[in-house]
Amino acid sequence: MSFDSFSAFLAMGGHGLYVWSAYAVTLVVFAFNAIKPVLMHKRFLQQHKQLQRRELARENTAQ
Amino acid sequence: MGRVWSLFHKFASPKWFYEISGKLLPWFVAMTGLVLCTGVVWGLAYAPPDYQQGNAFRIMYIHVPASILAESSYMMMALAGAVGLIWKIKLADLALKTAAPLGASLTFLSIATGAIWGKPIWGTWWVWDARLTSMLVLLFLFVGVIALRSAMENKEAAGKACAILALVGLVNIPIIKMSVEWWFTLHQPSSFKLTEKPAMPPEMWIPLLIMVVGYYSAFATAWMMRIRVEILEQENRTQWVRDRVRTA
Repeated sequence: MSFDSFSAFLAMGGHGLYVWSAYAVTLVVFAFNAIKPVLMHKRFLQQHKQLQRRELARENTAQ
Repeated sequence: MGRVWSLFHKFASPKWFYEISGKLLPWFVAMTGLVLCTGVVWGLAYAPPDYQQGNAFRIMYIHVPASILAESSYMMMALAGAVGLIWKIKLADLALKTAAPLGASLTFLSIATGAIWGKPIWGTWWVWDARLTSMLVLLFLFVGVIALRSAMENKEAAGKACAILALVGLVNIPIIKMSVEWWFTLHQPSSFKLTEKPAMPPEMWIPLLIMVVGYYSAFATAWMMRIRVEILEQENRTQWVRDRVRTA
């Protein structure tokens, strides 16, 4: 460990605000990049499940 | 040669790529998590403070890899553009399309963490010097590629235009690289050079190396996740995608 205590770790020798805000921005960007494709996949499945259901319903009424 | 070509075409098949990336993805997620956690803990808590910058230098562990990946993702995007233009491979266009937002986010991250690092060390968030300005140009190039695609109706023409823009923008990459050597700047020279030993002690640069590996792994993971959705969109009329949607 390069710090004596947890509060020293948080303080980062007086640069805590800078260090932690830089890491926070990074966390936000990484989280966005991870969550965005999951949401896109969900939306794709929803849309196309609905489309398939509609197609099926149309085929059934046509018969 | 025939074998190489058939391999090439197999690799360019969206269905094959979807399946293989699905198998690889869990491993990449695990590796990314493990490597990034190791690097962050080591860099934040165990690496010794810098003799000039104190603990502010710990921003390096997220800033330097973001900058490296921003450039790497641009080069990958331009390469995908070239492959798409030459061999007319649809998957290459999807590779370009999905690299753009990731590259933009990493360039933004590089600039943002750089600004936060600059404030306590240089005394300013921003200077209009060659390194920072060429990184801003990189951000505009990524945003330009994204905007160009959404502005064009014809998908095929949009793909071509994006590939050309990505290739033209490639001139910016050596400018970023050389900017700290050609012009006077506040920005320090590269932390890593392939030909020289790092100026830092190992307990400082090993976590940085780990973070660079972690960022590459994270990029690969996020890119695969994105391109898989794009493949489904593009192939949504094929039987295998319809089956997947039905059983999902």
